[in-house]
Amino acid sequence: MAALRSSSSSSTARILASARPAFRLSAAAPVRGFAQLADGAQQSQTATDKPAKMKTFQIYRWNPDTPTEKPRMQSYTIDLNKTGPMVLDALVRIKNEIDPTLTFRRSCREGICGSCAMNINGTNTLACLCRIPAEDQAETKIYPLPHTYVVKDLVPDLTLFYKQYKSIKPYLQRDTPSPDGKEYRQSKAERKKLDGLYECILCACCSTSCPSYWWNSEEYLGPAILLQSYRWLADSRDERKAERHDALNNSMSLYRCHTILNCTRTCPKGLNPGLAIANIKKELAF
Amino acid sequence: MNTQRIGTTALRRVAGNPNSFFTGNVAKIGFASHLNTQTRQVATQKLTPVDGDAITAKQRLVRPVSPHLEIYDKKQTWFGGSAWQRITGAGFSGGLYLFGSAYLVAPLLGWHLESASIAAAVGALPLALKGGLKFLLAWPFVFHAINGVRHLTFDMGWGFSRNTIISGGWYLWGASIVGGMYLAFFV
Repeated sequence: MAALRSSSSSSTARILASARPAFRLSAAAPVRGFAQLADGAQQSQTATDKPAKMKTFQIYRWNPDTPTEKPRMQSYTIDLNKTGPMVLDALVRIKNEIDPTLTFRRSCREGICGSCAMNINGTNTLACLCRIPAEDQAETKIYPLPHTYVVKDLVPDLTLFYKQYKSIKPYLQRDTPSPDGKEYRQSKAERKKLDGLYECILCACCSTSCPSYWWNSEEYLGPAILLQSYRWLADSRDERKAERHDALNNSMSLYRCHTILNCTRTCPKGLNPGLAIANIKKELAF
Repeated sequence: MNTQRIGTTALRRVAGNPNSFFTGNVAKIGFASHLNTQTRQVATQKLTPVDGDAITAKQRLVRPVSPHLEIYDKKQTWFGGSAWQRITGAGFSGGLYLFGSAYLVAPLLGWHLESASIAAAVGALPLALKGGLKFLLAWPFVFHAINGVRHLTFDMGWGFSRNTIISGGWYLWGASIVGGMYLAFFV
């Protein structure tokens, strides 16, 4: 019994020691999670060193629960010294601390998932890859992707976009089995043709930057989907090149592209949808 | 006994005391309702694609379309070479049809649209007005010609790097204005 008690008391001490910081944190702020609180405490320490650097964000708001109310712009002012460098950091901070009803998509925060695509200061980009223009005193304006149906606030309805993606059959189509029965081999040169195409994350920044897509989105495929089309046309392993060409060879699917080239200018991944479309046109013409 | 009690409370804290967990949640709910957070019940239901499309179509009736031309970068929408290629081209072909039909009916209506009388009428105008009128015709012509060549290079797959597109656009505006001025005042 004594042995048991002594061992239990020593383990108690250990447990107590480990429990103390956790207990303190939860006592200080029962609502917030640990990581956020620790983060906030650290930031408030550094913030005392520098003067507050306030920045105002104007954000598009529309609530589906009150559909008759017109969309409006709402201003939020935050201290940049307490915020991360990217616009997504600012949005997360606004949602956490000022207005939990602000709605936007986000996931990876590093430009891989394409969820946080939105129009920031007039250009479509990923909020996680867009630095807050800190030197600029002007208000940063944030809208959802242009000419899309708004689901709520900064969330666009991309149903049509994904449907169009499905329509181009974005997968390898081939009948011939590989010679060694294992894999479809490519030369280095053939593989190189896919560089700049396979990196597309389908964030829809380019498609929704294209005025031609704004006016003809029902029939015109738009830059993102055409870049994906070219990704499969350029793939040496695919054997449906003729069918893929036929599907594009009409007045609307491809040829609504008038080389406006907003797509190439806006792509947050630095890809070139304009060039991909030009290459498809060349393939169809020669 | 005392140490045992301390031990159990410590264990509870480490293991995530169910009581404190629930009170935390109560606090959260109170906090949330205070800020008027919306709560939605999570529920899913199976739908056929047709039904799904019908729901989307119904939702689109109330959803606003996000702003586009009025908020997109003005440098790209208002000064886009492609849009002005169409405007200048349409203006010129429209102007050609107008002038052509006017020239056709001129003898019937007693108008004088022969080259000699137009040249005499314009020649009598003061230099600034004369140049201005000529510039109105010369600038769209030069713009359309230069940008036409630019679009031909695009068709060949050249000049698609981001910097070439941006600087090319500004060179296009500069060159067309300079060329238009030259045609207006020195030719």
